[in-house]
Amino acid sequence: MHSFGYRANALLTFAVTILAFICAIASFSDNFSNQTPSTQIQILNINWFQKQPHGNDEVSLTLNITAGLQSLFTWNTKQVFAFVAAECETSKNALNQVSLWDAIIPEKEHAKFWIQISNKYRFLDQGHNLRGKDFNLTLHWHVMPKTGKMFADKIVMSGYRLPDAYR
Amino acid sequence: MDWQGQKLAEQLMQILLLIAVVVAFVVGYTTASFRTMMLIYAGGVVLTSLITVPNWPLFNRHPLKWLDPSEAEKHPKPQAVVVSSKKKFSKKLVSVLKIIVSLISLNQMTTFCY
Repeated sequence: MHSFGYRANALLTFAVTILAFICAIASFSDNFSNQTPSTQIQILNINWFQKQPHGNDEVSLTLNITAGLQSLFTWNTKQVFAFVAAECETSKNALNQVSLWDAIIPEKEHAKFWIQISNKYRFLDQGHNLRGKDFNLTLHWHVMPKTGKMFADKIVMSGYRLPDAYR
Repeated sequence: MDWQGQKLAEQLMQILLLIAVVVAFVVGYTTASFRTMMLIYAGGVVLTSLITVPNWPLFNRHPLKWLDPSEAEKHPKPQAVVVSSKKKFSKKLVSVLKIIVSLISLNQMTTFCY
């Protein structure tokens, strides 16, 4: 503490160290938030269902997505990344997932939404086994913090089925 | 700064920064605003640096008492005396040996006479 430079260095080092601590505690406080998200997805229409020239099945859907994700936002949340995936089971693999739509929700005010769109990303199969397939639509979300740990969770909605023949 | 001042500066710095951190976290958490917490903490760091880093007079209240230069000149450093002490020691050794030799010769003379 004998010189200006020494004191300035000691002060800045201590300040940055306890800044790291305060960010860790802020991240830890996220564990105590009460999260009750809700969502509903409706397939309004299957626009077309064809076998492509390269041999793979493709579906085009019109989805009606309703979601209430406001309770996921805490004081330490920067944004929430949400995406809808179609999941099904085949004889070869226990879980197959295709991402159909995603969105970045930057603020709590935008977290309650209703949207009707066709799928943003192509619903393709590896092969031609989608006829008559039962599948789940799952809404996944990643809560991205300002500092600290990212939380991810999902809601699974089952009971959807593709038609038995190409359209 | 003198020694007491340095100790005071270090303690003040640690206490002020800890207070700034606690106040920032409590206010930020209760208002649910991360930005508020960061702003209060930054303000606390700047305030602490203004109080503890510059060389304020309050940190110099116990100055060290250095010896006056004119006083030092009155008491010159002693010259090197390593060589003279060796000479003294060898002189002493020689005198002791002389005593021993004379005692032995005296003893011999007495026996001889006898």
